[in-house]
This record gives sequence, C-alpha cells and structure tokens, in this order.
Amino acid sequence: MPATLAKSGGLFLAMVLALVAMAQAQDTAFAIHMGIMALAALIAALAVMATSDVTARLGHDESVYDDAPVRWGVIATTFWGVVGLLAGLFIALQLAYPVLNFNLEYTTFGRLRPLHTSAVIFAFGGNALLCTSFFVVQRTCRARLAFPSLARFVFWGYQLFIVLAATGYLLGVTEAKEYAEPEWYVDLWLTIVWVAYLIVFGGTVIKRREPHIYVANWFYLAFIITVAMLHLVNNLSLPVSLVGAKSYSAFAGVQDALTQWWYGHNAVGFFLTAGFLAMMYYFVPKQAERPVYSYRLSIIHFWSLIFLYIWAGPHHLHYTSLPDWAQSLGMVFSVMLWMPSWGGMINGLMTLNGAWDKIRTDPIIRMMVLALAFYGMSTFEGPMMSIKSVNSLSHYTDWTIGHVHSGALGWNGMITFACMYYLAPRLWNRQRLYSLRLINWHFWLATGGIVFYNASMWVAGITQGLMWREYGADGYLVNSFAETVAAIHPMFLLRAFGGALYLSGALVFAWNIAMTIAGRIRAEAPMTETPYDARADRPLPAPASAAGALQPAE
Amino acid sequence: MSDYESLRHFADSWGLLAMTLLFLGFVSWTFRPGARRRHDEAAAMIFRSHADD
Repeated sequence: MPATLAKSGGLFLAMVLALVAMAQAQDTAFAIHMGIMALAALIAALAVMATSDVTARLGHDESVYDDAPVRWGVIATTFWGVVGLLAGLFIALQLAYPVLNFNLEYTTFGRLRPLHTSAVIFAFGGNALLCTSFFVVQRTCRARLAFPSLARFVFWGYQLFIVLAATGYLLGVTEAKEYAEPEWYVDLWLTIVWVAYLIVFGGTVIKRREPHIYVANWFYLAFIITVAMLHLVNNLSLPVSLVGAKSYSAFAGVQDALTQWWYGHNAVGFFLTAGFLAMMYYFVPKQAERPVYSYRLSIIHFWSLIFLYIWAGPHHLHYTSLPDWAQSLGMVFSVMLWMPSWGGMINGLMTLNGAWDKIRTDPIIRMMVLALAFYGMSTFEGPMMSIKSVNSLSHYTDWTIGHVHSGALGWNGMITFACMYYLAPRLWNRQRLYSLRLINWHFWLATGGIVFYNASMWVAGITQGLMWREYGADGYLVNSFAETVAAIHPMFLLRAFGGALYLSGALVFAWNIAMTIAGRIRAEAPMTETPYDARADRPLPAPASAAGALQPAE
Repeated sequence: MSDYESLRHFADSWGLLAMTLLFLGFVSWTFRPGARRRHDEAAAMIFRSHADD
C-alpha cells in the first residue's frame, strides 16, 4: 500500500508540474504537449490506484511468463500499422492531387509526411519490436520478465512518446531531422523510456535460467543499445526556453548533416534491420519447426552487421561538402554490407531446407519467405545505390523512396505481420487464427501493392534523374522542375494504387487479429486437402506374359 | 597537428587495425574445435520444453 501511495502521489506531482509548465509555456504547441503530459500522468495515477490490489496479487508468479505487455503490443502494432499506412496512402494522394492539402497548415504534406514515417517506423515497427522482444527474451531465457511494473511503464511511456511526436508534427513542432523530428523534451522522454526498456530486457537476460543467450537476443540487445546511442548523440541540442518547444542542434553545417545521417542510416541498420532480424531468428525457425540453418552463420551475420553498418551513413551525403574520403568510406562499407545481409537472408531461407512444401501449405511461412526475399532484394539495391556514380542518378529522386519501401513494406512489414499471426492465437490461447485463408488474401494484396509501389517508383526515379541531368546543346538544362513533376504524375497514381492495395491487406490483417482475439474461428476449407486417387491406389494388374514383363533394357 | 588530424590518423591506423583484429577474432571464435556441437545445441534450444529438462 505505501508503494501505491508513493507511486500515485509521484504521478500527481508530475501532473501538477506539467500543468505549471503548461501555464508558463512560451508557445501553444508546448502548452498542448504539457497538457497531454498532465493528462497522461493523471490517467496513470488513477490506473495505479485502481489496480493496486490486483498488481500486488499477480506481481510475481515466476512459474508463468508475463505476457500482458506482449498482448497490448500486438494490439498497438495492429492499430498503429493501419494508422501509419493510411497516412502514407493519404500523402501519396496529396502528391498526385495537391488539393488534398486542404489549404490548412495542419494538413500539409510537409507535416503529414513525418506523421506517416514515424507512425510506420516507430509506432508500428517499434511496438512490434517491443512486444516480440518481451515475448522472445522470456522464452529463450526461460525466465519471467524482470521488473514487471517497469515493463508496463515502457509500453505506456512509448505510446505517450508516439502521441507527443504525432501531435507535434501536426502542430509544426520539428527539429527538421529526418526520423528524429521530435523536439528536445519529447527526446528526453523517449530517453527515459528507452533506458527503462534496456533495464527490463537486460534484467531478463541476466536472470535467465538458460546458460546460452540465444542469437535473437544478441540482435535485440544490439538494437536497444545502438538506438540509445544514436538517439542521444543526434538529438544533442539547446532549447531556447525550458518551457518552449524550439531547440537548436549542438552541431552546425556538415557536421550536423553527418551526425544526422550517421543516425538516420543506423536507425535503418539497427532499428529496422537488427531488431527485425532478431524477430526473424526466433519466429522463422519456430514457425518452420526446424532449427536455424546455421547457427555459426547467424553469429557471423551478427558481428559483420555490427562492425560494418555503423560506417555506412555518409552515403546519404554523396557530392556534398562532406570530405571526399568520408563519402568513399561510406560507399565502401555500404558495398561490404551486402555480404552479411545476404548471409542472413540465406540463413533464414535455408532454414526451410527440406520443408519447402510449407510455402505451399503454411501462409505464415510464405509471408516470412517473402519478407526474407525482400530483405535480400533491398540489401542488394541499397549497396548498389550507395555507389557514387549510381547515386548521382538516383539521389533526391523517387528511386530512393521506392528503395525504402521495398525494405519497409517487403521486409519489415511482412515479417511483422507474420510474427503477429504467430503470436495472436498463442497469446490469447486460441485453437488457431480466425482464418488462414485471409492470410492468403493479405499476402497477395500486399505483394501486389509492393509490386505497384516499387515498379512505379523505379520508373519515376530514373525518369526524374535523367530529366534533371539533361543538358541542351547550348549548355543549359533542358527541363524545368515542374516538367519533371508532370512527367511522373502517372507514376504517382500507380504508387497510390499500390499503397491502397497494401493498406487493404493490412485491414484484412487487422480484422483477422481482432476476430482471433474475440475467439472466433472462421468456417473455411482447409489450406490443403489430402491428395488421394482411389484408382491409382492399387497393385498393377498381372503381366500378360512373363516375357512381356522382362523387356531388355536398351 | 590539429585534434581533427590526429584523431583521423588514429582512426585510419591503430583504430582500424584494432577493429579488424577484433572482428576477425569474433568470427574465428565460431570455428573453434567443438563449436559445432554447441551451436547445434543453441539452435535447438528454442524447441526444448520444460519436460525435457
């Protein structure tokens, strides 16, 4: 009881502090954010008081896994996935039909675009990483989650971060750093949540009952630690006022740009690659019911990724004022990254060796194979685009957008959906998913969507790149910028169509997960019938003559 | 020499050498004698249930 009192008292105090900051705020956006903070503190205080007797009872049953935060995470992943994809489709349509900006500052492309990227990467992807890591670390360590109340703080604190970031974008609060747009106070909040995450994850690894730390946990730990480091360094900034939203970066000029892309590329490397590879190394073997193809290869994959990825960032700054040697270094390390990436892809795919028929019979495996195939394709395309001469054509064009989406929709999206399909029936103790056939629908809608998205962006990107660099005989550029936009307008429409397909697949996914949670099972034909031909299933008729049965071989 | 120059020279000489040796060490460690058995055990670990312990 005294613990409950201290906790809820502390939360009330936090609410009062937030309200004071709200009253003192220098700008509207900061006031709104402090209001959200105060509301969150109030809700948390009430929740602590309402559930104090329950948590005291349930607190420490070490004989079962602590899956409540994992269940919340599956729901949050599903919800934010649909929201993020919807935002993506909307901004794709804005590019094709500018009237959709509505002539309102809150709904301009510039404000909705970070809403889309953060919603899909940090809300959808981040919740998937949180909940799968809590699930996997308990199973592979054979230990209940360490610090249960801290784990709950991590989940809800992370949702608060998402809400603050998203509302900030709409209000125009931004550091103008890609994938690191939230301002200083939201960054500080995320730092607190992230350290708590590290303590929960690391604490569970430390209290493990299994001597070996399974390779998935290596990837998760690398993801958590590296993201902490990237986040701290890239967001070093000085606020103008302690009760205002605006801050200025600690770095200037090309140093700031390089710090940003060191962050940006490693957010791809450690958030969207290492973290999702951790999911791959646990859930692909589990779903295939076969151990990973080569455990040694998985360790080599791990160390190569760790040692190489961190140097690849400068390829975002080719032909800028960044020193030439740094550009070349970024390019060389990016090309070298191709090897461990394909090593990992082969490791995942070969896990199915001897069980390839599962691609036909198990739609979750099919989805995982597609994810690995896209991991392979985008990690081939990426190194190729980082080569300076290719980059001179591709950079600043829609080819880059296509490349990112082949990784994000193909690899991150599909492996996440597959893991959620794996988790839902197990977490809610259902006999099976609501429907396996709907996974098939999801698979083909998503695959079709990616094909339309990528193909249109390749064409658009190369068209732009070639038009931008076209000189006439008199030495002037042939095309104006507006002409290149008009040229790729049809591609924008095709891209939006692909996005709509992918979103409808995600809606089928959300329906399937919701029905599974509700405990419904769809009456449907099974994925495979037992093949049987009664006419063929009998001995051969007696031979007409003994000679006829013994034909000489040629 | 400026701090920038000296740090840069350290990074592309001793720093690079140390990172390379560390990396080669980690990778060659997976080829040590007896590693295969331990790797097979680790890979199969996620399939063991409490009943097998």
